[in-house]
Amino acid sequence: MLEASDLDCQRGGRALFRGLSFALRGGELLRVAGENGSGKTSLLKILCGLLAPDQGEVRWRGEPIRRLREDYARNLVYLGHAPAVKDDLTAAENLSIACTLAGIEAPAQSVHEALARYGLAAGQAPVRKLSQGQRRRAALARLLLSQGVPLWLLDEPFAALDASAARLTEELIARHVAGGGAVVYTTHQDANIDVKEPRVVELG
Amino acid sequence: MSATVKWFWFASPQTFFPLAGTIARWCAIAAALLAAAGLYVGFFVAPTDAQQGEAYRIIFIHVPAAWMSMFLYVVMAFWAAIGLAFNTRLSGMMASGIAPTGALFTFIALWTGALWGRPTWGAYWVWDARLTSELILLFLYLGFMALQAAIDDPRRADRAGALLAIVGAVNVPIIYYSVQWWNTLHQGASVSLTRAPSMASAMLAGMVLMALAFWLYSIAAALARVRCIILERE
Amino acid sequence: MIAAARCIVVRDLLLALRRRSDVATALLFFVIVASLFPLGVGAEPNLLRAVAPGVIWVAALLSTMLSLGRLFAADHADGTLEQMLLGAAPLGVVVAAKSFAHWLAAGLPLVAIAPVIALQYDLPASLYGVLALSLLLGTPVLSLIGAIGAALTLGLRGGGVLLSLLVLPLYVPVLIIGAGSVDMAAAGLAPAGQLQLLAAMLVVAAAFAPWAIAAALRISTE
Repeated sequence: MLEASDLDCQRGGRALFRGLSFALRGGELLRVAGENGSGKTSLLKILCGLLAPDQGEVRWRGEPIRRLREDYARNLVYLGHAPAVKDDLTAAENLSIACTLAGIEAPAQSVHEALARYGLAAGQAPVRKLSQGQRRRAALARLLLSQGVPLWLLDEPFAALDASAARLTEELIARHVAGGGAVVYTTHQDANIDVKEPRVVELG
Repeated sequence: MSATVKWFWFASPQTFFPLAGTIARWCAIAAALLAAAGLYVGFFVAPTDAQQGEAYRIIFIHVPAAWMSMFLYVVMAFWAAIGLAFNTRLSGMMASGIAPTGALFTFIALWTGALWGRPTWGAYWVWDARLTSELILLFLYLGFMALQAAIDDPRRADRAGALLAIVGAVNVPIIYYSVQWWNTLHQGASVSLTRAPSMASAMLAGMVLMALAFWLYSIAAALARVRCIILERE
Repeated sequence: MIAAARCIVVRDLLLALRRRSDVATALLFFVIVASLFPLGVGAEPNLLRAVAPGVIWVAALLSTMLSLGRLFAADHADGTLEQMLLGAAPLGVVVAAKSFAHWLAAGLPLVAIAPVIALQYDLPASLYGVLALSLLLGTPVLSLIGAIGAALTLGLRGGGVLLSLLVLPLYVPVLIIGAGSVDMAAAGLAPAGQLQLLAAMLVVAAAFAPWAIAAALRISTE
């Protein structure tokens, strides 16, 4: 489904990686490993289409993603370092906006259920009042509503999570992969994701 | 086909570097010669104007400088557009190389316009349509240079500047016509520096010579600057 | 696509509502700037009546520019801009919706307050209509053109001042035609021509600016 061919990336004058190639099929899990600053986030951004590689291209189902634009974006969920939530809105408002922008149907009921699964009461409190971990969970709740989206690109999904939330996230990822989706993620921690043959790409 | 290949070969900064040096040298020499000829015609050959006396001779610098300032902006926008469309590094460098020269000519046009205005109309600045348009053009050039200076990443700087140059180029005719209209709306007295004295052929020859001299100088200066940029980046 | 656009407009207006002070500050700036001019040039009624359209337009321009910083910076900082770049709706539609919401919060109130300022300048009441209409047509153009500048200067140091330098030359035609229309009306001539020109500028800006803004955003975030 997803093919990266011959990717080069330079940031701040340093070459992060050269000639990186891999192919990912549905039902596969790919972990991007490497030290801090080795280019994990940059690689994920290149795979999304947010960053242009200095060389090489990324293809989705055979077509270069630069040509596909929104058609590709509709097939992926990207959760980056920043929780991507507006401080002045409540968690529920943030989640329903995120889903509408991604073209996913998200009636209020499902939004509240997703937040509840992650232990966030559907309160009226703006996200500003939540802790770092709670914000992360509010962002991750989107995964519960994105089962139909084939490709998940997750940058450090387990950061700032407590054990139960981390386990829930691992289950979600495993279930998505088992259902034929593809997941690419980066992490510092050891993740126990119950998948047949997890693959690893080492950077740096 | 081979012509296209040849062009794209020169589009690589490495191969362009020596070529730019050669062209710049020849253009600089030619510019100096033409400038000498133009100034000679302007100051010695062209007849004294009946209305304005000797002071009008500054037109030989003012008008060609104004022409150049507008022409260079279009050229800059052209290179910027090529850079955005074909993603070539050199086009962005060309646009960046041209900008300071364009700004310089705009500044010269403004200064000489003011110097012309003083003896002729009694004031250094009369808010006439052309001078006001030149002033705004100067701001457009300075904005382009400021934007490129504020961005560290050369690739983003080139592309952001290119977009700004294109948006600016599209706006220049609109700005020019709106300033013209503004001038007619507010001017009681028909003071206009754009109304040049009737052209004797010698005057026209002088101005054209100066214009060519400025053009060749611009090419030389821009290419010299591009060489510096290439050295900096590669 | 419509759903996404509506969602963004509602979202931005909701955010503006929850950060009322930011919106109010820009409007207060408009009033203060307009009030400064008489202090600078003297309160001679004929003079003030003559400069009123220009002063009000310049103040509107400066106030719009001040509020442009809000347009993309906050979204860029908390990562929501990235999500919009990866959204299902074309980026042109997204930025058009954002610019429209920006105008509703920053430009439209200026149209409402302008007659009050005009009162300060003793502008004849017959001109209020032309003034309001010229601002109504012109302020969206200011929002759209300004958004291009805001997108280009995203995340740069010296942001606000740099934005002004880039955007003010591009604002000149709108200023000239907008203030000029009121001056024409003041002189007893029909301002219809200038107002139609403003409307044309609005149509052209609405058609082309979103793509320029989207391109600028991609350039700034890549």
